[in-house]
Amino acid sequence: MQYALIIRESAEDFKRREDPAYKNGWIAYTQALVQAGIMTGGAGLTPPETATVVRRRGEDHDVQDGPFPEGKEQLGGFYLIDVPNLDAALEWAVRVPVSQHGSVEVRPRLQM
Amino acid sequence: MNPDVGGATERVARQSYGKLIAFLAARSGDVPSSEDALSEALATALNVWPERGIPDNPEAWLLVTARRNLYGAARHANVRAAARDTITLAFEEAEERMNAGDPTFPDERLKLLFTCTHPAIDRSVHTPLMLQTVLGIDARTISQAFIVSPETMSQRLVRAKTKIREAHIPFAVPDRSVLPERLTSVLSAIYAAYGLGWDGLDGEDGKRNSLADEAIWLGRALLATMPQEPEAMGLLSLMLYCEARHTARRNADGHYVPLDEQNTTLWNAIMIAEADGLLRQAGTFDRFGPFQCQAAIQSVHAERRRSGATDWTALAMLYDALVLMKPTVGARVSQAAVIGRAQGATAGLHHLNQMAEGDIVSYQPYWAVRAHLLVGTGETKGAIMAYRTAIGLSDSSAIRNFLQERLDTLLADRS
Repeated sequence: MQYALIIRESAEDFKRREDPAYKNGWIAYTQALVQAGIMTGGAGLTPPETATVVRRRGEDHDVQDGPFPEGKEQLGGFYLIDVPNLDAALEWAVRVPVSQHGSVEVRPRLQM
Repeated sequence: MNPDVGGATERVARQSYGKLIAFLAARSGDVPSSEDALSEALATALNVWPERGIPDNPEAWLLVTARRNLYGAARHANVRAAARDTITLAFEEAEERMNAGDPTFPDERLKLLFTCTHPAIDRSVHTPLMLQTVLGIDARTISQAFIVSPETMSQRLVRAKTKIREAHIPFAVPDRSVLPERLTSVLSAIYAAYGLGWDGLDGEDGKRNSLADEAIWLGRALLATMPQEPEAMGLLSLMLYCEARHTARRNADGHYVPLDEQNTTLWNAIMIAEADGLLRQAGTFDRFGPFQCQAAIQSVHAERRRSGATDWTALAMLYDALVLMKPTVGARVSQAAVIGRAQGATAGLHHLNQMAEGDIVSYQPYWAVRAHLLVGTGETKGAIMAYRTAIGLSDSSAIRNFLQERLDTLLADRS
């Protein structure tokens, strides 16, 4: 069963990305996923300021700079893991080195 | 509200709650109905007592309130007809006892403890069920401790309670012929609860340890009712040794401090003395078991307070005995760490290498010990890999930082 671990980081977390303590935690976590043989995909994303948003308005496309974050947490990246069940996925979610200001959402992959 | 009054209220209410559930469930065989009525009463108590004060007889207060709730529920036909009669009878009996000259209310939590850990109930539910029914801890808190969704935990608990009712699992302390086997489940469930408080819920938010306290309290309750059981003594002794070190596990900055670097003057001498006494007393029964063995291991560590040194050879012998009795992954990893100290890193690694891959692939302590031993044998590259895996597998940022510091030192030494 595949699950996405969707990671939301706070503005402080995005700033800390170059901080070795924070960065090393992510490198180690990713290594642990690979080592356990359960990682099937994923990506880290650059901060929300780098985003461009496209919206469809009738026949027109509206192109806007940035999502202009309002919430405290923004999508920072995701992992796709293959584990037997939700409990196992939650166990891995707890280990994500996100700060107290961030969060991890666990969602089953849509079966097609 | 004064937090002390709040805390005391919660404790009294919870203790009475467990006793009353046990009493009612033992008669009705129906945990959910007893719980519905009582948990509502408990909620009322937690609202009312801090303001009006804790009643002289909290059990009688809860019982009267619960009975009122139960009759209210019965009017809405939520309580099964068959259960209603038995529970009504149980209430009558309970009130009679309370009104009698002897105010002591029978404590039947032990029966409930054995029911919750019955072999017919899935092993993974033993501890959660015990926490909820005997101690009144809510499903949400339990689900956090077990890292499952609240919904999953509720479903499992409901299923287990239905099974108790439908399969007529007896509410009784089993008799001597099967007691040793059944006692092991009870002891393991209590120790599991302690372990959750120890490393699961001691997060950075500072509200650590409530489960650990409850587990110690359960250990005391068990021993009070079964004073002739050396393994019950062993378990309580073990938990007290570990608990005695609780303030030394973090330094002033909140960083994790490993056991052999802890400042022994911060250990709680009173708890250690009690643990020593219990272990010695357990020894007089001449029935050595795994909990006594684990307590003995902790007593060797505690001895460093007096001698200033750790007797690694004694520890290695005790781990040999423990692994013979209980060859768990945790025991074998600890054994390897101790062998690494007693006989050198190569011997420790040799031990780790014999473990099956499936057991260790996501077991954090294995990788931490492996990293440490690889540093000892000079295999820096492997050590770096092992440290990273251990860090990635930690769910505590204190442990993560501690291991990262070790890894940083290793990387700095290499360059």
